[in-house]
Amino acid sequence: MSGLPNLTPALPEIFMACVAMALLMVGVFMKGEAKKVTRTVSYLATGAMVLALLLVTAFSTTAGTTFNGLFITGAFPAFAKVLILAASALTLLMSRDFFENANVTRFEYPILAVLATLGMMMMVSANDLIALYMGLELQSLSLYVMASIMRNDLRSTESGLKYFVLGALASGMLLYGSSLVYGFAGTTNFEVMAEMFAHEQDSVHGPSVGLIFGIVFVMVGLAFKVSAVPFHMWTPDVYEGAPTPVTAFFASAPKVAALSLFVFVMMGAFGDLAAQWQQIVIFISIASMALGAFAAVAQTNIKRLMAYSSIGNVGYMLIGLAVGGAVASGAETQQNGIESMLVYLSIYIIMTLGTFGCILAMKRGGDNVENINDLAGLSKSNPMMAAALAIFMFSMAGIPPLAGFFGKLYVFQSALEAGLVSLAVIGVLSSVVGCFYYIRLIKIMYFDDAEEDLDRQVGTEISMVVAAAAIVILAFFIYPGFITDSAAAAAAGLFAG
Amino acid sequence: MIVQALAFYLFAAVTVASAVMVITAKNPVHSVLFLVLAFFNTAGLFVLMGAEFLAMLLVVVYCGAVTVLFLFVVMMLDINFVELRQGFLQYMPLGASVGIILLAELAVVMGGWHFAPEAAKAGAAPIPAIETMTNTHALGAILYTDYIYLFQAAGLVLLVGMIGAIVLTHRQRAGVRRQVIRDQINVDVQEVAEFKKVESGKGV
Repeated sequence: MSGLPNLTPALPEIFMACVAMALLMVGVFMKGEAKKVTRTVSYLATGAMVLALLLVTAFSTTAGTTFNGLFITGAFPAFAKVLILAASALTLLMSRDFFENANVTRFEYPILAVLATLGMMMMVSANDLIALYMGLELQSLSLYVMASIMRNDLRSTESGLKYFVLGALASGMLLYGSSLVYGFAGTTNFEVMAEMFAHEQDSVHGPSVGLIFGIVFVMVGLAFKVSAVPFHMWTPDVYEGAPTPVTAFFASAPKVAALSLFVFVMMGAFGDLAAQWQQIVIFISIASMALGAFAAVAQTNIKRLMAYSSIGNVGYMLIGLAVGGAVASGAETQQNGIESMLVYLSIYIIMTLGTFGCILAMKRGGDNVENINDLAGLSKSNPMMAAALAIFMFSMAGIPPLAGFFGKLYVFQSALEAGLVSLAVIGVLSSVVGCFYYIRLIKIMYFDDAEEDLDRQVGTEISMVVAAAAIVILAFFIYPGFITDSAAAAAAGLFAG
Repeated sequence: MIVQALAFYLFAAVTVASAVMVITAKNPVHSVLFLVLAFFNTAGLFVLMGAEFLAMLLVVVYCGAVTVLFLFVVMMLDINFVELRQGFLQYMPLGASVGIILLAELAVVMGGWHFAPEAAKAGAAPIPAIETMTNTHALGAILYTDYIYLFQAAGLVLLVGMIGAIVLTHRQRAGVRRQVIRDQINVDVQEVAEFKKVESGKGV
């Protein structure tokens, strides 16, 4: 008998699971009106996420595995978990105002957010195909329910159903790929798999066709989850239909989890077969950048615009992964690629949180509006909010010296370093196109006249998050080490093992 | 040996025949019942292979739960199956060609298949000899030790499923009268019942 597995590395996850169950009890048995109960559960859930973040920094940063090799900790998963927890806590904080306003007081919402976050943490800590799938499903199932939480709203339920059907398809692809990979390797553990694949690329008969099929299917499943072209179809509809705080959540934490998982699976398990998958990553990266840039131009709904923007941004981040697969240019270049991707990801999350804070604050007569033209005259009715949104948009467009510029700079630099010139060139071109619609928003805010002003009243939590995000974006160039150092440590952790 | 072979062919033939009946039967309820027959015979095949746990699972989960669910769906939702079958011939060429392409791809994959040289050794939990341990016991021995993480994770996924079902469907209806047993017991007889002395021959 082996006795109890070492639970310390998984302490943050165990804590989150216990919190979710305890909060369910609080929600069910607490006396009082639904609004008060929901508010209490929501604040407790946010507090738990912050506590879990501290637990991650305390217990999960050293490299190691537990639970019979199913669960891995180290600098890379810890970096992703910190981002996930911070993004989840902030989006949950921003959501209270919206739901109380819409009269949707369901205490299950924060609990589902906790469970989804737990699923994401399990995804980035997965060291095994089955553990990966379990985390992914825990996250996805919670997200499906969250998308349709406003069940009397037709668009909300529609987006939940669409997300569910396409997510189930993606899970099927992932499982099919996993079974082929397992069939070849005889194991589901990433470390053992990596050993098996080490000599497959230059073996006599070349890599097995079945294995390549498996890898491609696994990539399709993961590309669905990060909403990369050509598996992006669900994104605009789901982002538009889901309640705005849920969209803000979708655009931040799950993106971190899915992208980190993508990197970890590709670099960890299939690292030696990079020659097989690098072209695919290059293709979906180019396609995502191009589609994100061109399709966003015609949008009038700001949530749909953000959906296409997120597709485009995923394209830029996948450049980093493509560089990570450039085996010929040496480990240092590969590591730079991953590092640049992590920096871009962190900056993107901050910009997204800030932008969605502004979208959540777009109200007229107490009701949320989401048309781009509703922003007209914001510079006069609420100059602070307009300035913050302008900062985020300039940053997304990549105007120096804002953080978004540096994110793009690092990614393109690493692409050039690895000799992927075409990627860098297409990236620059599509970000020029992207400038158009980002800056159009600024033009509407500052130069168009409003027929009717937006409300001046903005919730405290939202304005705090927006202000904090704007300051980080503005001040990034003064002390970039704040993000780049930990990203470098995380990327180094990925290559050390 | 011959008994085993006979049993195998019996189970296999009935499985295939009832599977065909599932998709050809006109009445959907008959389809579901044929499905139960197919499951039972597949369970028999599992027993022949020495996988008695899977056989039990198939009977308990599929025959017990899944088919009952199917029956509920068939009976409760008023689905017009004749309408569903319309256009079958129209879409068949497309469906068949997709199927053939998939089959060809699978043939390519299987044709070029080879295992990693060390794959056989990598099996995380080799099957113990049937004489030393039944496979129910063997599964239990690793499910609650080596794979406790996945077991608990699956539990959490089910919890989310339950929360989701409640969140999306449960609603408080107005005007529902609930039975409160405590109130019923605590009722004062004098308040709810009226005692009358009825004289004989007069009525109330």
